[in-house]
Order: sequence, then structure tokens, then C-alpha cells
Amino acid sequence: MLEIRFHGRGGQGTVVATILLAKALFEAGYFVQSFPLFGVERRGAPVEAYLRLDRSKILLRTNVYEPDHVVVLDRTLLHGIDVTRGLKAGGWILINASLPPGQLELFKGFRLALVDATRIALAHGLGTRTHPIVNTAMVGAFARMLGMPHMQAVAQAIFQEAPAKPEENLQAAQDAFSEVRLLGLVD
Amino acid sequence: MWQVMEGSHAVAEAVRLAGVQVISAYPITPQTHIVERISEFCAAGLLEARFLRVESEHSALAALIGASTAGVRTFTATSSQGLAYMHELLHWASGARLPIVMAEVNRALAPGWNIWTDQTDSLSQRDTGWIQLYCEDGQEVLDTTLQAFRLAEWVNLPVMVVLDAFFLSHTHEPVQVPSQEEVDRFLPPFSPSFRLNTETPCAFNQLATPAVYMEMRYSIQQAMASALERFPQLEDAFQTIMGRRYGAVEEVSTADADVILVTSGTVTSTARGVVEALRNRGEKVGLLKIKLFRPFPAEAIRRHLRRAAKVAVLDRNFSFGAGGIFAQEVRAALCNLKDRPQVFGYIVGLGGRDVTPALITEICRKTWERAHPEEADEWMGLTEVPYESGTAGP
Repeated sequence: MLEIRFHGRGGQGTVVATILLAKALFEAGYFVQSFPLFGVERRGAPVEAYLRLDRSKILLRTNVYEPDHVVVLDRTLLHGIDVTRGLKAGGWILINASLPPGQLELFKGFRLALVDATRIALAHGLGTRTHPIVNTAMVGAFARMLGMPHMQAVAQAIFQEAPAKPEENLQAAQDAFSEVRLLGLVD
Repeated sequence: MWQVMEGSHAVAEAVRLAGVQVISAYPITPQTHIVERISEFCAAGLLEARFLRVESEHSALAALIGASTAGVRTFTATSSQGLAYMHELLHWASGARLPIVMAEVNRALAPGWNIWTDQTDSLSQRDTGWIQLYCEDGQEVLDTTLQAFRLAEWVNLPVMVVLDAFFLSHTHEPVQVPSQEEVDRFLPPFSPSFRLNTETPCAFNQLATPAVYMEMRYSIQQAMASALERFPQLEDAFQTIMGRRYGAVEEVSTADADVILVTSGTVTSTARGVVEALRNRGEKVGLLKIKLFRPFPAEAIRRHLRRAAKVAVLDRNFSFGAGGIFAQEVRAALCNLKDRPQVFGYIVGLGGRDVTPALITEICRKTWERAHPEEADEWMGLTEVPYESGTAGP
């Protein structure tokens, strides 16, 4: 079983990112489970959501404490939140950023991937200049990083789930798929 | 058809497929997604029903009591304070023998204000004459909602389908959605044997004197007994069409178990994993899931538990001044057996606190280690709470 934790802010589509991936991964033959760590969400407040996938039915109905990988939709969260909490050694940390974070030593022993999802989202008119919706770009980068789900399944999930601009959302996912930089192990 | 959907939407799908005619509800987290989705179905013409937005939960159930009396299929959903606010009318619905179906998303009662899962809201309504069915995952909650309409209309009692907040209501997972044709074969249209009809006017729910009231109460108990007896037949019919069944209770590896865990709701799923892991280490542990809580399947519970030395009941609820509510009921079911297991009560996960495999494993270990349970149920994972007494006293 793989467990993935998503960090974002209210309004960025963090929870929907986990739903898109759950749908696409189910299409790709996995059993899936996704759910938010429910708090009193407001726009801009830190949000956590989880994704589980496995080859058999998932029985575990708890929060995720020791994720295999982490996805960060907003790099400003790196200042306030330890996104490596419980992360397994060698796990990927996918960050929405154009440059590697400062204090790289904090990510020692983990693998780093970067994608400028904000720029990609804005280029496709997703959200507003102050509140870009970056989730579909992050999903595209995720698909490249883990080598799954395949992009046809991602496309299908986006067309099912996106309330508006499905084409633009798919293009954002495809751009991020091509552009994501897999920097690998920080040592 | 398989779809990845959250538990709330699985309930809404079942309501759509059941062709419910009147829905009345007032929003409350974590239930809101259910009625939100149903209102979308109504707006899109996918469900031809009257959707009544009312000003409170009390009115929501009052409206359904009127609609159900007029002979149509009805549904509502609520949680926590909303259910508490309905309390008076819960009695009214069962006393009037109306087959209303409600989805109840377990949420802790305030204060302190808490939106997370806790069974005390639904369990504190155990004496209102509603059938209660506790669900474990998205598939079960969809299937159980469909079954609830047939069961309710079969015995003329209201049914509460109960699901955990967030761990089920907001969790996306694969769910098999049956076709309309399959559902129509399982669930015939509602045709009540009595209904409000202006052609033949009559009064409903008149004064019931001591000469008749007791018989009326007894007839509700007969209906409860009949629901318990008919539940397997209902599941037979469901299984023939859908290929799935759950049981009023479900046992896992109880036959040779020294310790049997008793669970309900989503804790059951996590506990299945723990039982499997402990069995792989050679520990003789089993699991009994209680799905049907009212009517209480005491006979089935005795049958599965009687051979075990010890039973550990996990209660995500509490009755102040007494103990965990499932543990009370299990003890009562076993008490007249000559040789009976020791019943250990554990209070877990109140107000949405996580019930992890490590916590359940610790419960197993504690149960193994002790010969006899303490008088009071044990609160798991508690930090020390100093007792503060009031200022007045003798």
C-alpha cells in the first residue's frame, strides 16, 4: 500500500487533487481511498488531504501518519509546517515551486521534485492571479513522478470532475507532466 | 457500475435509485453533502421529488411525518445537534408507524463544539423506536440505504442508516452503483396499507387511553421482532440481485478465538486488518461486527461470543454514569448464559480521535493480560484529567 499526504491551502483544490488521483488510479487498476483531514476550512488556511492506493481492498480507516510521499501545493507552507513529518526515508516531496527551497538540509534523505504549478495554472487561466487553482498541474506532475496513473486516466478523471475549463485543466496537467523536475535524493 | 465516490454521495445515489418522493432536510456538517447531492439530482430532473428546505431539523422530520402519512416514500439526513433537535418527532414517527428513512452521520455532541465522528448522537436515540443500522464503508452505506426503504415499508417502522463522519462520509473509495432496473427488482414502489386520503377522511394519532396504549406499544415491539426475523430474508432478496450481503452481525475468525473484538462502523475495517495481522502471528483473536443495533440481535451475538473466554467491546460513544453503550448491550445479551465470556469495555475515538491499528492491538494485549475486566470501562489513549468538583456540598 502507498500512502500520500497532500499539503495545501483552502481554495487551491487540494482535496480535489486527491479525488482526481483516486479516480485515475482506480481506472488504472488500483484500490483507492482519499479523504481530507477535516478542520474548519477557510480560504487560505492550511489543508491536509490523504490518498491511499493498494492492489487489494483497503481496510485501514485512519489518518495517514507515515506517508510514502508528500505533495505540497503551496511553498509558503514550508515555513510553518514540517511537511516531512512521518515521511518514510527516500520518499518523494513534490513542491509547487520554480526553485529548490532554502535550507535544503531539512529535506536530507528524501527525494525532491519541483514544478511551477502556479505559473502553469495562470498560463491556462485557472483561478485568479491572486488565487490560482494549481491542483490539476500538481496531478500531472505527480503522474510523472510516480510513473502512474497514466495520462489517459488523468484526462478521464479531469473531464469527470472539473466543474469548469476541462480542456485547460488537462493542458495544465500535461504541461506539468512534461515540465516537472525530478531532482532526486537530497544528500 | 463502479464509481469512486464518497460515502455521503453513496447515500444520495441510493436515495435517487429508491425513487424517494419527498426529501426534507436542514444542513449540518458532516451530513450536508448528502442532501446537497440529492438537491442537485432534483434540480437536474434525475429524481422527481419534492425537496423541502425547512428552517430546522424539527421541521424537517415534521414535514416527512406529514408526507409519509400521505403515503409517499420519504428521506432526510442529519447529524448530532440536528438529531437531538428531532428527538420529540423521532418518537412521533415510530409511534405513528411511518417508514421514514434517515441517514445519520455520527458527529459528537456539543459543547465543546466538535464536528468529528462519535456515536453518542445516534445511540442516545436508541429508545425512540427507530431501527438502526451501522455501516462500515461506502458500498455498505449505499446497499443499506436501499435495504432500509424495503425494511421500513415491510414492518412500518422508521429506519436510521448510520455512518461515521469523515472516515466514511467524506472518504472517496470505489463503490458499485446498481442499475435502476436492479433496484426496481429489489425495491417495489411504496404502497402503504393505510394513508391519509381526503376521499375517506379519518383522524390520525388520536388520544390513546390506558386501555389501548400498552397494546400499541407492544405492536411496535412486535414490528421490531419481525424486523429482526425478516432481516436475513431481506438480505437474501438483495443478494440474489446484487450479489452482496452483510448480516445483522458478521463474524470473522470467532470459532476458535480466545479473545473476540466487538466493533461497529468504520472501526470494524481497521480491526479486520489487526485481526489478520495477529492471526498471522498465531494469536487466536476474532471479530464480531454489529451492524443492526435496533432491533438488537442478541441471539446471534450469544451464538458467536459464547465460546470465547474474553470479549473486548470497542465503544466510540459513552453513556455518562454507566459506560460504553455497545458493551452494556453485549453484557445484557450474555448475562443469562451459564458459562459466559468476560466482557471488557473500552472507550475509544470520541469526538473523532483516531482509532489506529496500534490502539486496537493494545486493546487486544490488555484483554489478554488481565483475568477479569475492571468494573468501569477503560478510556483508551487518555491524558490525565484532574477531577474538579463544584463549589457547593454538604
